[in-house]
Amino acid sequence: MTARRWKSGSEYAVFIGPALVFFTLIVIIPFFMSMYYALTNWNGVSSKVTFVGFDNFTHLVSDSLFRKDFWFTVKFTLVSLVLINFIGFGLALLLTRAMRGRNVYRTIFFMPNVIGGLLLGFIWQFIFVKGFASLGSLTHLPFFELPWLGDAPTAFWGLVIVQTWQMAGYVMVIYIAALMNIPKELLEAARIDGGTRMTVLRKIIIPLSMPAFTVCLFLTISTCFKAFDLNLALTKGGPFNSTESVALNIYYEAFRNNNYGLGTAKALVFFIIVALVTTAQVIYTKRKEVQA
Amino acid sequence: MDRPVAHVSSSSVALDKKRGRKLAVRPGKMILHMFTLILAILFLVPFYYVIINSVKEYAAILSNSSALPSPVILDNFRKAWTIMDFPKVFANSVMITVFSNIGLIVMSSMAAYKMVRSPGKIVSFLFILFTAAMVIPFQSIMITLVKVANMADLINSRTGLIICYFGFGLPLNLFLYHGFIKSISREIEESAVVDGCSTYGVFWRIVFPLLKPMTVTIVLLNSLWIWNDYLLPSLILNGKELQTIPLATYNFFGQYTKQWDLALAALVLGVAPIVLLFLFMQKQIVEGITAGSVKG
Repeated sequence: MTARRWKSGSEYAVFIGPALVFFTLIVIIPFFMSMYYALTNWNGVSSKVTFVGFDNFTHLVSDSLFRKDFWFTVKFTLVSLVLINFIGFGLALLLTRAMRGRNVYRTIFFMPNVIGGLLLGFIWQFIFVKGFASLGSLTHLPFFELPWLGDAPTAFWGLVIVQTWQMAGYVMVIYIAALMNIPKELLEAARIDGGTRMTVLRKIIIPLSMPAFTVCLFLTISTCFKAFDLNLALTKGGPFNSTESVALNIYYEAFRNNNYGLGTAKALVFFIIVALVTTAQVIYTKRKEVQA
Repeated sequence: MDRPVAHVSSSSVALDKKRGRKLAVRPGKMILHMFTLILAILFLVPFYYVIINSVKEYAAILSNSSALPSPVILDNFRKAWTIMDFPKVFANSVMITVFSNIGLIVMSSMAAYKMVRSPGKIVSFLFILFTAAMVIPFQSIMITLVKVANMADLINSRTGLIICYFGFGLPLNLFLYHGFIKSISREIEESAVVDGCSTYGVFWRIVFPLLKPMTVTIVLLNSLWIWNDYLLPSLILNGKELQTIPLATYNFFGQYTKQWDLALAALVLGVAPIVLLFLFMQKQIVEGITAGSVKG
């Protein structure tokens, strides 16, 4: 009996043990450590760490740059979210119709997604700085003659454009999968009953694609909220910190200003916000899902 | 991506085709197609700019970056290749991606299998713990992770970085395998046990091969993430010897700011492997990613 129990215990250890060890070391321990260090004045270098209670959190509330970066991130997420899903869903509608070369189009729209945010940021840095300048002198369109990365409002839109360019094709692929799952009979029945294209879209296609909306909204919100690589490569958070995301703020606070304690407190607040927002969104859109 | 349509009913596809040909002259259809074409061109323009300017002389880039290169200069690539030490950087990226994947696949499939087949209080607590961790953004634990990595001697080593990827990849991988294994009937396994197969034998010889579709999806998701990741390697690796492609590109840009001829060649080198791989395997990549994100 004990021999058998020992055998089953060792099986658990072999099957689950390694995963649990690495997961604990890399995720769980740092997570709980950050709860402690958020309450200290840890500077990353000195071994002396003083407990300061909630000082970091009270400081954080009055930190005007953190607040500014927070609002930038919220605005950036909202605008990108709308554009990415609008364009992605539109493309999915277009590319599920009978159209010559639609697979080539799908490949083209998806392609930016396989390139990492950092390299994409550098590619677009060249486009905004040199490509747009050249197009501006060729066409004299005011759009290309804007200062783009050099000015706060246009730099914001620059980031939105690149984020949309990167992610629209990704959500498109998920929406296409959803659209192809809608039973054809349903659409035909609606047309026979005299439904216009708009009503079919609003009353059948969109409600039946709600699971895809749940997934895509979740993916866009969490990706945009955590934006880091793109900001670093495209603007480094400038001009005048106007495009500094929360993730970049945390990074600078810890690794450039050496305020590890404060950085950890910010990171904790960031975690709570991301967790709350994404959970709320999933619960909300899940409620809208219907059965065919 | 097209297959599901064909499965629905072959007659409706034929109808679509016929209708498509007939409507091709209709203005509405034409406009939609033109619109898609214009959008596709807009999506490709950045690639055009980067590629044509990477084979130009510096002065030619400055004077007119829209024009086609009149003498095609490959010297930029030769220089960028040696300055970046591209073969080494590429090898580092490949090694880190491959070994992270192998470890993740082995550990997450085994753990998920055990969790599905031997449920219990502790096991379900662990499963909830793993999946709940998916909402933790990397940036909210990166500061203390660096401290842990220092203490565990993971800093400045490829193995250390791979171990970090194990930790961050496990929750999603385990979650995806867990969902997949639940849908596999256990009858085959039971008959194998009756035939005297050990638990490990059952897993590796019978179950693991059945997981192949999910394994492909997970490898693709992991590879795109690890290959393109900048932040984690930048925190773990300091030495020039160990740089991955994103790290090397970042440092190259810092060093040659505004020297667009070299910077663009480096950028094309950095982007080329993953884009080429995508073009060769686009069907699998798109299907795998859809499967992974819909279930995840």
